[in-house]
This record gives sequence, structure tokens and C-alpha cells, in this order.
Amino acid sequence: MAGMTRSSPYEVTTRTRASRITAVAAVALLALLVVLPLFAGRGLIQDMFFILTMLVLAQFWNLLAGYGGLVSIGQQAFVGMGAYAMFGGVILAGMDPIPAILLGGIAALIVAIPTAFFAFRLQGPYFAIGTWVIAEVMRLVMAQAKALGGGTGTSLPRTATREMWATEWIAGALDVRNSAARDILTYWLALALAAATIAAIYALLRSKRGLALSAVRDNPEAAKSVGVDAGRMKWFVFLTSAFGTGLAGALIYVQKARISPDAAFSVTDWTAYVLFIVIIGGIGTIEGPIIGVIVFFLLQSLLADYGSWYLFTLGIIGIVVMLVAPRGIWGLITERTGIQLFPVRRRLSGGSLKED
Amino acid sequence: MSFLTTRGLTAHYGDFQALFGVDIMLNEGETIAIIGANGAGKTTLMRSLSGVLRNSPEMITLDGRKIGAMSADEIVPLGLAMVPEGRRLFPSLSVEENLLIGAYGRKIEGYWNLEKIYRLFPILAERRSSPGTALSGGQQQMVAIGRALMSNPRVLLCDEISLGLAPVVIRDIYAAVPRIQESGASLIVVEQDIGQAMKVADRVYCMMEGRVTLEGTPQSLSRDDIHAAYFGVGA
Amino acid sequence: MIWVDTIVQGVLLGGLYALFAAGLSLVFGIMRLVNLAHGDFIVMAAYLILLLVTLLGLSPFVAAALAAPIMYLTGWLLQKHLLNRTLGTDILPPLLVTFGLSIALQNALLEGFSADSQRLPTGAISTASLDLGVINVGVLPLMTFGSAIVVIVGLNQLFYRTELGRAFRATSDDPTTASLMGIRPGDIFAKATAIAMLVVTLAALYLGMRSNFDPSIGPARLIYAFQAVIIGGLGSLWGTLAGGVIIGLAQTIGAAINPEWQILAGHVAFLVVLLVRPRGLFPRAVD
Repeated sequence: MAGMTRSSPYEVTTRTRASRITAVAAVALLALLVVLPLFAGRGLIQDMFFILTMLVLAQFWNLLAGYGGLVSIGQQAFVGMGAYAMFGGVILAGMDPIPAILLGGIAALIVAIPTAFFAFRLQGPYFAIGTWVIAEVMRLVMAQAKALGGGTGTSLPRTATREMWATEWIAGALDVRNSAARDILTYWLALALAAATIAAIYALLRSKRGLALSAVRDNPEAAKSVGVDAGRMKWFVFLTSAFGTGLAGALIYVQKARISPDAAFSVTDWTAYVLFIVIIGGIGTIEGPIIGVIVFFLLQSLLADYGSWYLFTLGIIGIVVMLVAPRGIWGLITERTGIQLFPVRRRLSGGSLKED
Repeated sequence: MSFLTTRGLTAHYGDFQALFGVDIMLNEGETIAIIGANGAGKTTLMRSLSGVLRNSPEMITLDGRKIGAMSADEIVPLGLAMVPEGRRLFPSLSVEENLLIGAYGRKIEGYWNLEKIYRLFPILAERRSSPGTALSGGQQQMVAIGRALMSNPRVLLCDEISLGLAPVVIRDIYAAVPRIQESGASLIVVEQDIGQAMKVADRVYCMMEGRVTLEGTPQSLSRDDIHAAYFGVGA
Repeated sequence: MIWVDTIVQGVLLGGLYALFAAGLSLVFGIMRLVNLAHGDFIVMAAYLILLLVTLLGLSPFVAAALAAPIMYLTGWLLQKHLLNRTLGTDILPPLLVTFGLSIALQNALLEGFSADSQRLPTGAISTASLDLGVINVGVLPLMTFGSAIVVIVGLNQLFYRTELGRAFRATSDDPTTASLMGIRPGDIFAKATAIAMLVVTLAALYLGMRSNFDPSIGPARLIYAFQAVIIGGLGSLWGTLAGGVIIGLAQTIGAAINPEWQILAGHVAFLVVLLVRPRGLFPRAVD
């Protein structure tokens, strides 16, 4: 394939000028975010942790629903299982919380297998509620786990959080207290996870597999006829996003250090917010969740004091966006300007073809 | 006097233009046939007339009323019914229910009722309780025609009613056409079977690539004329 | 003897779940739409009944009769002006819009009525029971079950014996061809959701009389309703009743073993049915 492309006067590219600028800007932004704890206060670091972890959850839900066509409202299952597995590793096996995060991802991946087995028997809207039911089952089962606090939940042992990997080093190097060092550590991990998530999803969408994914979403029958195995794509996407969501869930609860079944399996916190972020930003794009999470954070800072009116407003905004601009804010921007920061569409250039 | 008229009718499917300024007219009590090859735009014309496809208001007039932009459910009560291509019976409904649902949009009583439909197609009375889709193709076509007649239309559009049927079955179905004409309805018959169309029509329009290429009475048109208008050769 | 009692209680509880589910089943059968705010509408109707009871001093039954036309109109407007705009080949818009609606409705109720638990005043009926020799059966659970059967018989009659029912089925089969019959699919959908809201009102009446409710319990009612519909098989109203009974039985038996297992047992029963009969117990022949 590559050889053929080279000898042909045509060239298939996915890069755009905006994407090259994005690449440069992304590296600069990443560098800035890495050094942020050197001069930012603890409040900002905590806010950034929240934004980055929500972004990871949003990217994985977007991969599932926006690219894979699998509309799940049970992602809290993987946040919760990731978090509980991390707690289990720390409390029951005496692990350090940081490596236990990986355990969270693996646990989410493992429970995703039977989840998919059941949920894939349901179509469309019933798949959505089916995933929710399974998340409820996990919440009720974890509430029975007495060793992890049962229905009321538990906290990470003080010794485990204080002696967490690298915190002492950070505390010494940046001259901050142990608790602040913990926030900085989890922030860096969240930053790494968010950057890796975006890079991995972008790479996936630009690969042959990403092309197959769009084909399955747009027309499963036609995709099948050209040899794309839709069933395998569904499994792949579902398990990938379960793993990522589990990692994020475990990381979030390393920072929170306190868990309960109702909080860890909350449909509002881990699915409703995430849906809102993706919809308002623009579903089916990588840029959408990034914009969405910023808008979500601003709205929350502005309206969080109003309690239930805040959630009411989120619900209404979600409905209005879905009806008026179903492709979200990023959809409106690309419509006006044609900008693509993370282009995944292949364009043919060169040769004698005229541009129209 | 012209009863149903299209003037400069255009239609699009997304970027694809299917009709390019089609002018046809139908007089009261008249039957016209529209013939043409696959892709000539016949079905698009039918979909526009029935309101399944929306156009500009002035492009189609029925009895002087602009109906081009109306939806199908608004047009049916004005007295226009369609037998859609492929029959499209409702699988959840029995034969009799399929017929009865045809009267859903009927505003006034008229010539046609269940009993008259059963007299027109006696086999349907025997099969009245069967699911519509359990019938043979020809019987399903009878249900589709009966269903459209149940609204007592002043104009009946028949889209490819012979498609996929055996010649003997087609003959049976076309035998009903004179009875429908006698009931006072005007007909537009879309056909690929030119012979059948010529037998029942007062006038014929031939379409090609979204345009009307020929118009006349069956007697006035020669085989060569039709051949040229149909295939676009030798003209 | 305790087991006979448990089983009877479970079956009767299934009547309540069938009432939760019948509206969902109806709407899905006609327009393939799943309203994720269905449970929240049940809770909203319960508050509406409560409001009429407190403001006008009515009995819950009279209040429900007054609430019914209000809910009917709510359903009609909701479908006509909001949900119809989301219908199409893409499943995302209806799911996300009704999910947003669910969040908005829960929080509006929370703002309006606080998080406190409420209950409809029932008087003597809540404690009345019939002595059937071996066991005592509560009058209210019996009425709930009876109402579920009446609703299902009624909806089946509507579906298979009336002109509106024919239009429902025709539109469900093929909306475009239905419009060629003079049927306006948007209006048919609006009527279907409006009728579903009548059933929702009845479900709310029994929910509010039998147990406490607060603004947060909607999603769980949606889940029970959903499980009943799937277990019964999509599109079968009698199947929905059977599904409700299975969930009710599983929950009651689970609770008899360990009170903490009540809800979990219902979910497990659902998953088991999904495992052995993925299309439900009474699937429609053609789909």
C-alpha cells in the first residue's frame, strides 16, 4: 500500500495546516501544564485534576457513543469498579495506591467482558438501559463487600496515602506539604492519562481500525459487506473504554481517598455529567469533549451554589443543544470555519485532480 | 378543464436532481399513463404528487388549489390517493384492516366501501382475516388498490401496479381499471408495461431522465416515437 | 405458609411493575422510542396527585382522576413539540433528550417539593386485607394487580379493536405509507404518549399509596419497568405483565432471604432471563 502511494502522483493525507499548528500548540500546552504546579496554587491544581479526569471519562464515552454508536449510560460501572479495585488492592493486599490504579483499569476491563456479553444482547435504547442495570448490580454487590465498608463505604488508610509513591520526593523538591504533594502527583497522573487518552484515540481513529469503526457506525450492513467485523469492533471499543474509564475512576478515588457505593457508582457524576460534556462540546469529535469540559467547568463554578437548579439547567441545556445544534459547539465552529484540529478524514491531493 | 396540473415541477434527493421542470395535466374523469425506463423520474413524480416529497406550493395544483408543499396526510382528504410502488401493505394489519385504514383520512362518504371493494376483488373477501403480507403478490396488489380506493379519491395514482407479477395476474388486476374509471375517479397510471398502459389510458406521457419527452393519445403515437422518447435514440 | 405468602406478595407487586411498564411498552411498540424520563414522569404524577389531595382535600382516587387529563395533555405536548423532533434513524437524539429531561425533571421536583419522602393519604384502605384462609392479602396490592390487568386488557382492545389502534399499528409498521392513508404520524405518536401518560398516572396513584416517594426514585422505576418489558418480550403487553410478576417475585423472595438482597434479586432475575431468552419470554413473531 505504502509503495503504491509513493509511486502515484496522488497523496492521501489527513493532516491539515490547523492540525500542524495544533501539534505545536499541544506540545507547548502540555509543557506548560507539566510545570503548572511550580507556580499554581493548590485550588487550581485540584480544579485541573477535576477537569482532566472528566475529560478522560468524556473522551472514552465519546469513543463508545460518538464513534462506536454504543450509547451507554452505565459508565459509572467502570468508574466504580476501577475505584473499588484500587481500594481493594490498597486495603486488602497492602499495595501502594499508585500501582493499584492499574489494578483499577484491569478490574474494569475484566468486569466489562460479562457486561458486554449481556448488554450486546440488547439493541439501541435498550442497550443504554441495560448497561445502567448492570452498573446498578455492581453498586449493590459492592455494597455487600463488608471488607470495603459495605453500604457506607470506607477511606484509604492514612499510612497508605501519606507514604504514597513519589509524594515525599515531590514534597521535598517543591517544598510543599505532604497533602499538597499528593494533589500534585494525582494531577500529573491525570495530565498523563488525559494526554495519553487523546493521543491513543487520535491514533486509533487515524488507523485502519478507526476507518472500520466509522464504517460500522455509519452503515453496519455495508461495513460487513466489505469485510469489517462489526461485532469485533464493538467488543474492542467497549473494552477499551472500560479500561480507560476504570483507570480514571481509580485515579479519581486515589485523590478523593474516600469511597462509598452510592458515590462511586453515581449515574449523575460519572455518566450524566460526561454525556453533557460530550453533547455540548460536540459528539463524534476529539475536540468536542475538550471544549465541553471547559464549558462544563465554567457552568459549574458559576451555578454550583444553586444546587438542584444547576442540574436542572444542565438537563435543559443538553436538550436544547441536542435539538438546535446536535453536533455541539465544535460542530458550529467547524461549520463556520472548516477548522479541524484533529483531522481524521482522509483527503486526496496532488495529481491532476482539480479541487472544487 | 384541467383538474390536476404540475407546472415546472422539479425535485431533488439531496444534491441529486431527479425532475427538471415537468409539466403534466390530468382532466376530470380522464386516465393518463406515464411511461419511461427505470430512473426516468416516474416514481419521483408520483411521490411529489402524493406529498411524500415536498415541493414548492405552486408547482402542483389540484382543482385550482396549490398543493405542492403539502404533506401526504393533508393531500389525502382533498381527494388524492396513491397505490405505492411495491404495494407496501401493513404487515401488522389483516387484509380487512388494511382496507379499513385506507378510509382513515376520508372526509365524505362516496362510491367505495368495504363491500364494493370485495365485489371488485372477491378473493379478498375470502382472505379478509389473513395478515396482508401472507397473500400472493397479485392479491397484495389488489389490497393496495382497494386500500387506496377506500378514501374515495377523485384522483388515484397507481405506481407500477404490474411490477413483479405474472402476465395472467396483471390481466386480472387491469380488468378492475374500467370499473374504477366508471366510479368517476381520474387515474394516473405509471407503467413499464407499455402495452397495458396504452390499453387503459386516454393520453400518454413518456419520461426520460427527469423530463417529459413525449405526449399524446395512444392512437397518435407510433412505436418509433415511443421508442425514441423512451430510450433517447433515433430522435 | 410463609412461602405462599411471599409468593402471593411477589405476584401482586408484579402488578405495580406492570403498571410502570405498560406505558413504556406502548410507546416503544409504536415509535421505537424509549423515554428515559418515564420513571420521573411517574414520580411527577405522584406529586401532582399529592398536590391535588392537599390543596383540594380530595381522596387520592379523585385526585388521580383529575390528574389524568393534565398528564394526558403533558404527554401530548411533550411528544408533539419535543420528542417528535428527535425521531429518526439515529438513536442518540431521543436517548439524550429524554435523559436530559430526566435530570431536569428530577431536579425541578427536588426544588419544588424538597427531598423529603411523601406518601398519599389512604385511610383505611392501606391496612384492609382479605382473609383467604391460608393467607391474608392486602386490598391495595390486590387492587393494583387488578388495575394492571384492566389496563392491559384495555390497551389490547384499543390496539386491536379500534380505528386508532389500527392507525397505531400501521404507523408503527411504516410511517410513510401511513401518511398516504391520511394518517399524521406525528399526531399518532402524540396520542400514544398521551395515553401512556394516563397509565403513568394510574401507576403513580398506586405507587404513592403503597410506599414513600421522593424526587430521586424515578430512575429505579424506569429500570423495573424496562426489565419487565424486556423479560416479557418487546411489543407484548401480556408479556410485560409476566415480566412485572417475575421481577416482583424475585424481589420479594430475595427480600425474604435477606432484606438487602431485594433489588439485587430482581436485577439477577432479569440477567438470567436475558441469558436464556435474549428476546424475552413472549417475543413478537415478526420484528
